[in-house]
Amino acid sequence: MKKPTIIVVGNGMVGYKFCEKLVTRSSDFNIIVFGEEPRHAYDRVHLSEYFNGKSADDLSLSAFSWYEENGIKLHLGDPIQEINRLDKTVHSLAGITFKYDYLLLATGSAPFVPNIPGVEKDGVFVYRTIEDLELMKSYASTVKTGAVMGGGLLGLEAAKALMDLGITNTHVIEFAPRLMPRQIDSAGSIMLQSKLKELGLTIHLNKSTSHIGGEHKIDALHFNDESVLAIDMLVISAGIRPRDELAKLSGLQVGTRGGIMVNEKMQTSDEDIYAIGECALYEGMIYGLVAPGYEMADIVVNQLTNGSKMFYGYDMSTKLKLIGVDVASFGDAFITEPDCRTIVFEDTHKGVYKRINISTDGKQLLGGILIGDADAYNMLLQTVNNKIVLPPNPEDLILGSRGGAESEGAGVMSLPDEALICSCEAVNKGAICASVTDLGITTIDGMKKCTKAGTGCGGCVPLVKDLIAGTMKANGQYIKNIICEHFDYSRQELFDLVKIGQIKNYDVVLDHFGKGDGCEVCKPVVASILSGLWNELIVKQDTIQDSNDRFLANIQKGGSYSVVPRIPGGEITPDKLIVIGTVAKKYKLYTKITGGQRIDMFGAHVNDLPAIWEELIEAGFESGHAYGKSLRTVKSCVGSTWCRFGLHDSVTFAIEIEERYKGIRSPHKLKGGVSGCVRECAEAQAKDFGIIATEKGWNLYVCGNGGSKPQHAQLLATDIDNNTLIKYLDRFLMFYIKTADPLTRTATWLNKMDGGMSYLKNVVVNDSLGICTQLEEEMQTLINTYHCEWKEVIDSPALRKRFTHFVNAPEEKDPAMQFETMREQLKAKW
Amino acid sequence: MEITTTQIDWILACYTDDVPVNGGACVKLKDEQIAIFNFTRRGEWYATQNLCPHKQQMVLSRGMIGSTGENCEPKVACPFHKNTFSLSNGNCLTNDELFIKTYPVKAIDGKIYIGFNH
Repeated sequence: MKKPTIIVVGNGMVGYKFCEKLVTRSSDFNIIVFGEEPRHAYDRVHLSEYFNGKSADDLSLSAFSWYEENGIKLHLGDPIQEINRLDKTVHSLAGITFKYDYLLLATGSAPFVPNIPGVEKDGVFVYRTIEDLELMKSYASTVKTGAVMGGGLLGLEAAKALMDLGITNTHVIEFAPRLMPRQIDSAGSIMLQSKLKELGLTIHLNKSTSHIGGEHKIDALHFNDESVLAIDMLVISAGIRPRDELAKLSGLQVGTRGGIMVNEKMQTSDEDIYAIGECALYEGMIYGLVAPGYEMADIVVNQLTNGSKMFYGYDMSTKLKLIGVDVASFGDAFITEPDCRTIVFEDTHKGVYKRINISTDGKQLLGGILIGDADAYNMLLQTVNNKIVLPPNPEDLILGSRGGAESEGAGVMSLPDEALICSCEAVNKGAICASVTDLGITTIDGMKKCTKAGTGCGGCVPLVKDLIAGTMKANGQYIKNIICEHFDYSRQELFDLVKIGQIKNYDVVLDHFGKGDGCEVCKPVVASILSGLWNELIVKQDTIQDSNDRFLANIQKGGSYSVVPRIPGGEITPDKLIVIGTVAKKYKLYTKITGGQRIDMFGAHVNDLPAIWEELIEAGFESGHAYGKSLRTVKSCVGSTWCRFGLHDSVTFAIEIEERYKGIRSPHKLKGGVSGCVRECAEAQAKDFGIIATEKGWNLYVCGNGGSKPQHAQLLATDIDNNTLIKYLDRFLMFYIKTADPLTRTATWLNKMDGGMSYLKNVVVNDSLGICTQLEEEMQTLINTYHCEWKEVIDSPALRKRFTHFVNAPEEKDPAMQFETMREQLKAKW
Repeated sequence: MEITTTQIDWILACYTDDVPVNGGACVKLKDEQIAIFNFTRRGEWYATQNLCPHKQQMVLSRGMIGSTGENCEPKVACPFHKNTFSLSNGNCLTNDELFIKTYPVKAIDGKIYIGFNH
């Protein structure tokens, strides 16, 4: 029997989800997809991350090859123009005609552009597709002031996009008297406004635009109250309009205000034609979120495979991070007294607003609003959806249990098995717990692969983590992230314990917090913690240092060492170059330029190290800490001093930064870079911290990495001045030093961090943990206690004595070390 | 029944303060490179060959010492690739194919003596 053909019109998120669900459930259909956009389905929810370092590929929902692998024919850049319902055929723009048995319309929506005079002017944009973003990006380079029309969810996302583009003076214009009128109340809006104001956004409420000024391109917004706002760029985000024109043309029933009318089976007025997502109108409502769209996709797949699942509306609760501020709205957020009782918590100091509405008998949670801190969202939503009976003090739900003994994780496990945890993928608690118990899944990545939970909006990830941990605990298999068999603590925990105990010696740390005699794992970890806290001379406890730190040089093949003096920013005088040449020649050292703009001298006997350093220090050099888990080098381009493109003096700034953080020990090595313009010759985005000059200041990127798993650094702050940048760097580095696991580079640290970049940004820029002053002070202590380790050694006869190979024949060098000639230099033979 | 006794020659290797606390140092005796470990935490001394058999590097004396397991087996980690060897019997704890030679060692009056079989 011939397989029935289903044609999918639209390759957005919901159209893609339909295909994904259908191929996993049945192989009995020919699937043909037509997409209007030139690229295959991508994540529109996280669109603004496109300006934050993510590429179009990163945003893709699948590999391009996925369609072919699953037997799906994909026609991109080719919208369907006409449906012939009598012949059951569709005709595309490219002139292709196909016969269908079933047709699925997933045409999505288009930005609604109000009919204001002047919307056609240059510099007026909408915000929906990657193409829109690319247009905005190329226009924004010269823009100083931008505005978004619309203070709803999408409008604020668009405002974030403008800020990410480097437009520091960004305005939001809203017609209603409050922001996000569909999600939050007036008090919540006031709190959100003040948070957004702190972040540099200017909010205008109760403003209706009369016309857009400018000759050919926009130069101002004129309002009905006769006020004027001069701007260079406008993004219109005044709502969405369902793409129902194809349906209308084919005679399908549409709503008076747009939208393709569907029934509970998602069938249109033609039973062989379905409509899902933002183009579908169910009982007079358009569902403009991704989760209900996915649910609709599931309904159609269910119908086609002889199921009987129906759509009866969808919970529109949402939680999101808007420009770094948590905003959530769930259940019935707007119900007011006397129909309910309302509990409100407001903290204008921290910018937190929480409101919950409970039933008049005090037994059920009906809904609520969270601004500034939405950690409780998942739990509250579950409480509403599962009609969980409230505790006697429901205020604990938003205030946390005060003085009580109950731990936070306990709440999650008390949910019923059918509680929906991941609403994007419809995964319930039972499925997640079963994956842990039956399949041994213990990581969030494993859970994503196994159940798809957390792969949609990602909002449920904390809840999924709690469930994994809770189930493991219930099964008696709780695993802790400990340092080694001698210490039952994570590095961060031990860091705090050592700090509180004011301990400065490894053996005392081991006596207090560990057991046994230690090992090659915990010794360097504790050494790193002690350095991060007290910054004492590491050779005082040389036998707990890792291989290279033990002799303040990098051990190389044959047991020889290499020597790297610091050359800050890669700038060096001819005289110093001559000194390096002279020293290398005298001690028969092989020289090579390193990847970090310094000079490495290889092949030194351990006995010679103090003498070599004595000569280098005499000439004004310092240790380069190439041997340490510490700052290596801050690479720089030539900068404005010589380069005709340079915007700022990148070399001077690189030197300043390298001098500031030199010698500070960290969980792993640290590298930095400063580029004088966007050409990025210093490759700063591949470094742990990268600084790139802009017209107005510097952009700061963090957590990049070269190495085996290269990763681009991500934008932490834009257009900041030198002092702000150094302040942020102090906080960032100290936060890393205190919290990262052993031997974890900043990139991996960030990848493992709950909440990722937005969390880090909140901690470092917005001081969400209230620890920034402390971080800055701690960093200042480390900076103040800097010493050149090699200078200390050469000045101390006792320390110098340790640099011998044979303690019973200090003058004798290791005879096992042999050298041979290669390209006019010596190399180790072994 | 024949009784064999092994005669051990004790040779002065170095002084106790030549070897860092909870660490190692290398001596040259009879043209052999020997790593001596001052396990201060346990009040014990150990001696092994200085050569790490993994990549034939003369470096074991520069390794970190410690212990492992229920019985606190004393061990040294090679600074090159972190293979660990038992200080009491020379067995490699991370690679069954490797082992190192151990030597008797004693500390008397601030002096360290290494024992060689006669």
